[in-house]
Amino acid sequence: MTSSAAPRVALDGLDVLWFQVSGTLCNLACGHCFVSCSPTNHTHEHMTLEQIRPYLEEGAELGVRELYFTGGEPFLNPEMEAILEEALRFGPATVLTNGLLLDEERCRRLAALAAAADYSLDVRISLDGWNAETNDPVRGDGTFLRILAAIVRLHDAGLNPVVTVTEVSSEHRTDRGKARFLALLRSRGITKPRLKVLPVFQLGAEAERTGGYRSWQRLTASDAPESGWDHLQCSSCRMVTDQGVWVCPILVNEPSARMGETLADALGSFELSHPACWTCHEYGVTCRT
Amino acid sequence: MSTKPEGRAAEATADRNAVALTRHRGLATWGERLVPLGEFRDASSRSGRVLGDEERERERQRLRQPVGDGADAVELEGPLEGPWSRAIVFGGVYSNHRALEAVLDEAVSWGADAIYCLGDLGGFGPSPERVRPLLAQGGVRVIQGNYEQSLASGAEDCNCGYADPRDNHFAEISYRYTERHCTEEFKRELGELPAARRILVGERELLAAHGSPRRVNEFLFASTTSTPYLEVLCDRFACDGVVCTHTGLHWHRRLPSGRDALNVGVIGRPANDGRREVWYARLEAGARGQPLGVELVPLRYDWSALAREIRAEGLPEEFALTIETGWWTTCLEVLPAKERARSRY
Repeated sequence: MTSSAAPRVALDGLDVLWFQVSGTLCNLACGHCFVSCSPTNHTHEHMTLEQIRPYLEEGAELGVRELYFTGGEPFLNPEMEAILEEALRFGPATVLTNGLLLDEERCRRLAALAAAADYSLDVRISLDGWNAETNDPVRGDGTFLRILAAIVRLHDAGLNPVVTVTEVSSEHRTDRGKARFLALLRSRGITKPRLKVLPVFQLGAEAERTGGYRSWQRLTASDAPESGWDHLQCSSCRMVTDQGVWVCPILVNEPSARMGETLADALGSFELSHPACWTCHEYGVTCRT
Repeated sequence: MSTKPEGRAAEATADRNAVALTRHRGLATWGERLVPLGEFRDASSRSGRVLGDEERERERQRLRQPVGDGADAVELEGPLEGPWSRAIVFGGVYSNHRALEAVLDEAVSWGADAIYCLGDLGGFGPSPERVRPLLAQGGVRVIQGNYEQSLASGAEDCNCGYADPRDNHFAEISYRYTERHCTEEFKRELGELPAARRILVGERELLAAHGSPRRVNEFLFASTTSTPYLEVLCDRFACDGVVCTHTGLHWHRRLPSGRDALNVGVIGRPANDGRREVWYARLEAGARGQPLGVELVPLRYDWSALAREIRAEGLPEEFALTIETGWWTTCLEVLPAKERARSRY
């Protein structure tokens, strides 16, 4: 199958704007990270508030509905809290974190930020197992207890996080697996547990952990549903990094997925030629909460 | 140094993580390869599929034009209805025929010249067919919700797709019950309802839809719907305001442009605020050049009788408790951070 056979998806509306706010820099090096983030991965660098502001303004003109901040680990970015405060003037904001830098003081400040804003501030904390035996081989030694403590700290400060689970084992996607996570959170006093489950992308570190994509895992024009491609998040989102604007949060390590410098550059259609596009279609993935 | 197998496995994990922590020094990840940073950045900066100035302007314009493709997109055919001087709008009946009767009484006493229902007639409540004659007698202009779409198309569930198995469990019970207690004739009628209506209240042309003018199942919550988005929505659908339901929670925002965004809430269950009233909206024509009059109104009705009927029908106790306490007990997962923080469960 040649890439010329791949279908193209148009941007229906720029509903969701993502920022790779700490680049590919992270204080962990998780075994399933599809962007292979680590303390030494400078593929994308931190973004400053000054870099971000013009995109917030351009996004507002285009009718952006929700803002998301990810990395890497966003709280490595020294301006992260100021960035969230600014973002909340434009719309609801969500930050995706591993929780390790959420000390008591920061939890208190984030809760105050959330309370002061008209829009929702959501914190999503990643956890990949319901105990150390299932989580730590993926996220790193000792991380299970530290992440769980951060979830409880943030909750106690008044901000109930969304716990984000990746399907690193097939059990995670079953009702039993989800129930285990919910039970774990309830057992720590979180009475309204919130959970988001995402499939893995066989990219980056995950490709090494479990093997990459097979040649048949590609979309062709014949895969197009009758209703079109509007179930794919690339029909309604773009991702901004310090290197420019990319089609989606998944493909930032693919130079061919860069669409330009400004949001206006990136309003055109995108060719679904990457195997990760197959995952989004097959699993109905959205990185939104 | 442990020699037990699990000890060795842990060491291997630690080694792998240690390598992963430093392997990128001076290198970038390009797909599955590690390449010098400069190579990745050069390729990226060349790659930008930069549109020409004209194309860029065309794309910008396109994002403000009506959309009409995709299965969930709302058809915008149909005549402009009105002008009305007073209109009542409600959503999410959820088989609550007692609240429906009460809101129709209020419509008469307030002097409404039009009554609109934005869909989701069934779910949670008892005896779904009981709302049918009430809607007909009241001359209610109904829009199709996702529940009607599912019922009319013979879908197996309401397609809420919750992550929490408990939410799915209750959603399934409620859908199966409603499905079983609706006649084929009623389902056919539901399938023929329009997906949107254009309403003239005074001089204001409003677009009424279930979730949003774009999609029947789009959630417009106050805390996760940005004002710039609502302005563009009004642009794209060439209207002075959007009126919707679907979330179960009511809110109104006057946009900087003077247009209105309104979620009328639902009359089927309380607004998750510890009050037993349910909510609907009164729209009133303003004087020439004046803004639209918008009032969100709490509706009193015989909630204890409804709770009794829910129990008598063998529906889950959780559904009756919501009616009696004003707090949602199921399907809470869709609530955004702010709305969930105010919630009891």
